Amino acid sequence: MKETPLSNCERRFLLRAIEERKVRDRDTPPPGQAPSHGSAGGVRASPHLSPSRRAPARVVTLLSALQRLDGRQSYDYRNVRISFGADYGCCIVELGRTRVLGQVSCELVSPKLNRATEGILFFNLELSPMAAPAFEPGRQPELLVKLNRLLERCLRNSKCIDTESLCVVAGVKVWQIRVDLHLLNHDGNIIDAASIAAIVALCHFRRPDVSVQGEEVTLYTPEERDPVPLSIHHMPICVSFAFFQQGTYLLVDPSEREERVMDGLLVIAMNKHREICTIQSSGGIMLLKDQVLRCSKITGVKVAEITELIQKALENDRKVRKEGGKFGFAESIPNQKISAFKMERAPVDTNDVEEQAEEIITKADPPSDVIAKPIIRMPGTAQIGEGLENSWGDFEESEREEEEEGNSDDATTSGGQKMETEEINIVSKTKKDDDTIILSDSEEEEVVILEPEETHKKTRTHTTAKQENSSSKKAFNKKRKKKRATH
Amino acid sequence: MGSEPGGCALRRFSCELGPLGRPDGSAAFLQGDTSVLAGLYGPAEVKVSKELYDKATVEVMLKPKVGLPGVFEKNREQLIRKTCEAVILGALHPRTSISIVLQVISDAGALLACCLNAACMGLMDAGLPMKSLFCGVTCALDATGAITLDPTAKQEKEARAVLTVAISSVERQVLMCTTKGTCSVEELQQCIVAAQRASGAIFHFYRDSVRRKYSKT
Repeated sequence: MKETPLSNCERRFLLRAIEERKVRDRDTPPPGQAPSHGSAGGVRASPHLSPSRRAPARVVTLLSALQRLDGRQSYDYRNVRISFGADYGCCIVELGRTRVLGQVSCELVSPKLNRATEGILFFNLELSPMAAPAFEPGRQPELLVKLNRLLERCLRNSKCIDTESLCVVAGVKVWQIRVDLHLLNHDGNIIDAASIAAIVALCHFRRPDVSVQGEEVTLYTPEERDPVPLSIHHMPICVSFAFFQQGTYLLVDPSEREERVMDGLLVIAMNKHREICTIQSSGGIMLLKDQVLRCSKITGVKVAEITELIQKALENDRKVRKEGGKFGFAESIPNQKISAFKMERAPVDTNDVEEQAEEIITKADPPSDVIAKPIIRMPGTAQIGEGLENSWGDFEESEREEEEEGNSDDATTSGGQKMETEEINIVSKTKKDDDTIILSDSEEEEVVILEPEETHKKTRTHTTAKQENSSSKKAFNKKRKKKRATH
Repeated sequence: MGSEPGGCALRRFSCELGPLGRPDGSAAFLQGDTSVLAGLYGPAEVKVSKELYDKATVEVMLKPKVGLPGVFEKNREQLIRKTCEAVILGALHPRTSISIVLQVISDAGALLACCLNAACMGLMDAGLPMKSLFCGVTCALDATGAITLDPTAKQEKEARAVLTVAISSVERQVLMCTTKGTCSVEELQQCIVAAQRASGAIFHFYRDSVRRKYSKT
């Protein structure tokens, strides 16, 4: 579906929501007409106060006014929720309502020629058509390319995964780790959610154990030996900043509405050791040095929080698996949610299924008559049914005239030529009578025995395969012709 | 999620109605460890080339977890699409499109049935008019001819034949049936009967989950 463009009215409203807080800062009275747009998530908490009581209540209004549409402050992140699946390497990350599914898989392949001792990492982010109506299958929007590239730079170029440890036999076999990310719901800030999902899935993943003894490589199944985690040096996490009004206003973790009206986006990928892995500014905004520095400080704080959350989630999952408790997505759906429902194992009574089935079969109509058995004309040729008369008419007439001269003794063999769809091509094309049976599967060469009455045949045998095929179709005509000749 | 000697038990079911905010309707359906997320848009704008003058165009997209969709997914999409078309009252929304996107979250057996269930719950969540509800049931026939309902991946692999049947809620009619492997005519009928019985439990589950969400108590 085409993306619905943002109306000017909505754009103005969104920008105003961001600006109004700054206006409040400068101690001007709150505007009389509060925009009552249907989509306004955060209701203005400030009551309209009389001037005399404005002074003490001003603090309250200021604090309560510093809110985005969904009630967050400028530097607030939405809630991050991480849940794991039953198999290793599968996780779903929810950043507010933005949802990303991540799955890591591995395969043994030959390494790249110029990197013979390193494993291969492959990242793929897909925007599922369910994430937003504008995402159509097959169409590669610019956004997708940009996100994929950013993700690759963040995870591959930062060397967070030790690729040397993925080598099994140098130059021959290495592990290829493939990270597939699917965006399930688009509510803004895809890159943050995707980077969290990628790194969580990589930390959660376990690859099969491999042992190398000289030339022999043994790959153990998960039942034989416990799978081994990947060796990860650090966890780079992307944090996005949206800028409005040429860099005047800054919001962390923009939602989908805010992304639509932003001027530019700054993405900083950092790990918990405060090392910047990737930094990208897009949208053509011009940032001052101190703005970038401020953003990187904020990033440091956020990344520390998120990394702690990730560690806790991984630890919880590890504990549950070790204790043999139930794990997987089914467990991550909270019981109290009204929109979620669970049912335990339901037994189904299949005791007299056989009897009931018998009843149905006996009550059913008997099957219709089976088609007649095939007639074998000669080795490799079978005939089912009688076929219809060819009713092409005039086109066939003229061709038939040519053949009529030479086909005196076709009567005996035409029966065999009346082939239906069962005719197999590598077959004896017996167009002569029994004395000169030609057994050849090539259309070009023909062994022609020159006998007076068969010279006419010669012209026909040198024809192309097409002609021969069509002549076999004309077998129907021959029958008709025969009838005509006989009567 | 093992099976009793008679093989007649469905795995643990869970579902969540409307987990996603953007699609018009969405549902997450879990059968044991198999989990599918369905997102629906409809009735919505349709490309002129795909427009049908008298009814809605139903499109199904099945996205595997790893790799690009291939022939297997296309085949499944066809089956699910035919089932949905039979049930959705498309004549009420001509010249529109109803797109169903199914994302495989995890596959541990009975995937097609889980997709059908998720699609039906998604259609309910989107509020699209339907003639009846439908559900999918998978039966596995082992070498002796014993029926296992809702098999796990391991049971599917060891089975001689795996049948997936889509059953409608009105009089338990069969909407779609697809088989993999060999089975006799009697076995086919037995599996259909068993699936019809199992569908009773599944429709009960649908009703309870919708009642939980929409009732005032």
